[in-house]
Amino acid sequence: MNDFVSGFWPIWISTITLGGIAFCVGLLIFASRVKVTLDSDNTNGHEWDGIKEMNNPLPMWWVGLFIITVIFGLAYLYLFPGLGTYDGKFGWSEVKQYEAEVAKNNEKIAPLYAKYAALSVEEVAKIPEARDIGKRIFLNNCAACHGSDAKGSRGFPNLTDSDWLYGGAPDTIKVTINNGRNGIMPPMAAAIGSEEDVKNVANYVLSLSGSIHDSGRANAGKEKFAVCAACHGAEGKGNQLIGAPNLSDNIWLHGQGEAAIIKRVHEGKNNVMPAWKEKFSQEQIHLLTAYVWGLSNK
Amino acid sequence: MSDIKVNAVNKTTIPEQEVVLSLYKSADKIYARSVSGVFDRWRWVMVWATQLFFYGVPWLEWGGRQAMLFDLEAKRFYIFGLVFHPQDLIYLSFLLIVSALSLFLFTAVAGRLWCGFTCPQTVYTEIFMWIENKIEGDRIARMRLDDSKWNLNKVTRKSLKQVAWITFGLWTGVTFVGYFTPIRELVPNMIEWQLGGWETFWICFYGFATYGNAGYMREQVCKYMCPYARFQSAMFDDDTMIVTYDEARGEPRGARSKKVAENANGLGSCIDCSICVQVCPTGIDIRNGLQYECIGCGACIDACDDVMDKMGYAKGLIKYSTQNGMTNRWSRQQMLRRLMRPRVLIYTAILVTLTVGMVVSLYFKPDFRLDVLRDRGVLARFTDEGNIENVYTLKLENDTEIVRDFDLKISGLPALVMHLADGNTQDFKSLQPFEKRNVVLELQLPDGAVRTGSHKILFEMTDQQSKETVKEKSVFIVPSN
Repeated sequence: MNDFVSGFWPIWISTITLGGIAFCVGLLIFASRVKVTLDSDNTNGHEWDGIKEMNNPLPMWWVGLFIITVIFGLAYLYLFPGLGTYDGKFGWSEVKQYEAEVAKNNEKIAPLYAKYAALSVEEVAKIPEARDIGKRIFLNNCAACHGSDAKGSRGFPNLTDSDWLYGGAPDTIKVTINNGRNGIMPPMAAAIGSEEDVKNVANYVLSLSGSIHDSGRANAGKEKFAVCAACHGAEGKGNQLIGAPNLSDNIWLHGQGEAAIIKRVHEGKNNVMPAWKEKFSQEQIHLLTAYVWGLSNK
Repeated sequence: MSDIKVNAVNKTTIPEQEVVLSLYKSADKIYARSVSGVFDRWRWVMVWATQLFFYGVPWLEWGGRQAMLFDLEAKRFYIFGLVFHPQDLIYLSFLLIVSALSLFLFTAVAGRLWCGFTCPQTVYTEIFMWIENKIEGDRIARMRLDDSKWNLNKVTRKSLKQVAWITFGLWTGVTFVGYFTPIRELVPNMIEWQLGGWETFWICFYGFATYGNAGYMREQVCKYMCPYARFQSAMFDDDTMIVTYDEARGEPRGARSKKVAENANGLGSCIDCSICVQVCPTGIDIRNGLQYECIGCGACIDACDDVMDKMGYAKGLIKYSTQNGMTNRWSRQQMLRRLMRPRVLIYTAILVTLTVGMVVSLYFKPDFRLDVLRDRGVLARFTDEGNIENVYTLKLENDTEIVRDFDLKISGLPALVMHLADGNTQDFKSLQPFEKRNVVLELQLPDGAVRTGSHKILFEMTDQQSKETVKEKSVFIVPSN
């Protein structure tokens, strides 16, 4: 595996590499016998600013080391990638080494995970050590959206309460983490009708959770809510099968108040939670599920 | 190459000859004659001091563990009461800078003191030469032995020497590895042939390096390999103490009988016995002046003083002196006065400053750590009770070998309320030795208590026992509605 984009550069690199080694060897041979004019004081007549060049031969063992480095260099180039597209006898690469190290580490921690994999999510959630492992995975991967304390923020669900878009059973949480979720609400303003109708529906929605609303408008909007009921249910209790939020519990994922609801009706929403099954092993997801489940099930 | 004619400034009229020669040649073996005297005694003092430290320290215990242990696996260095982690690398830099500056200072004052007396290359060579001397005899005996045919005597002496050298080398290797693997486990394991591959490799590698460098390479290391030897001349000046031959007093040299007076027949004090050349570990003749090979070991001074004594002449024909001292015929006092020159004073000042800084910094080094990370995904949020909430992750690290409890104090804003988040299984209590812990905190403030914007707050973590405190700054953000 290499990143060369044309056939020229690998040849260029190989030529320079091998040429460099050949040049060193040539220099070594060329300098092994040389004709010099020698004065009786062991200088050769070259003089710069009063500094004379003396004849001090290199020790032989130094040449030996030089030859060893040449042999080492050639051996290295044969065994490892170094010559253009040639992958080396060992087929070594950084990626492979990384994967080998990850595999080795996974092997090391496998027994630890295996211990918990045998237990149910509810049981694992009671073990402090297991929750600490889950917490570390959570802090490194999930906290970026859901917050370090898992309470989420606008657009990112709070995982510590008992309000679930798709359900809070251990297996459901596991499916959510594994496959991710994609919550879609289409823009509904056209289906509801005029701008006034939208405002009325918004006030009706506010009335469901007992929030501050205009009761006259709410009554007027009740009829139009039928459009919304298809997903959110006749009473606005939501539908966990499709992830439609409960509108009657005063928990607002995308903002509170009339204006926020009107905006949502106009624009709809496409909310994504990514899938994690590629990144974590099932044992890790098991622990992560137990941690998340444990946050709302003390 | 040789055809280039250089217009030399003052061309010598010595007849030239064209020769074909190799740019490489095997170095001649040096048979250094053993010597005794002041400088030799000092060298042996240094040999004992450095080697007692090197071979002894791994055997010391400190609170149930090896006193000096560099645990690479756990990434922790234990040095007596101190524990260093990778993030303490700055102290290693400090140590290296201080070492380098000490070297500069010694060199500026007294030339290659380090080379001649404490450098491992010198120290181990001295030990190996002592072994060689005990088994094969002194200079002449060794030369004869090398020239003689292989007979029982030669085989016995040579193999005995090899055994002694290899044993010593291997033990050095074991000691070296003992700084990284607890030596009290290493040695029994070695005796039972239970060593790991890497341990075996490093013992052999270090053992072989000792054997090869001190037994065979010797002065070649100083002449061709050592980088310090290449640039130490840059720290020399005319007031640096060096080994000098008093040419004015010694020349013209010549052999003579003991009966004649010192300077009869127009001769100088040098009797041309060449013992100074025979004792030189680098094989130079100091009477030709200072040369780059000279490691300032003072062997020639010891040897010459001895000869001068026997002749009944004054000592100091070869002595430690300075370039200026030699030219101006200064006394010792006058030379010592030149110690107060800018080069020495500046080196000393920097060295003292850095050393004091390092010691003070080590003394005040906190042995636990606190890092405060604000949540960046969520700057701030409103709780159901109408409070403003910011979330922080506190990273705690106990850098000691004892269990510890901490107290947390948060200041900077009035009416801040702290909650530990649900996900914490533990708070700030009973941190195990070297434990790292993440504690998630929520800080809450009543809405409208302070103006919109970011406010500086301070986390203070205090150890319940030692009352040591670590402070960490952060901010609390109040959003605009």
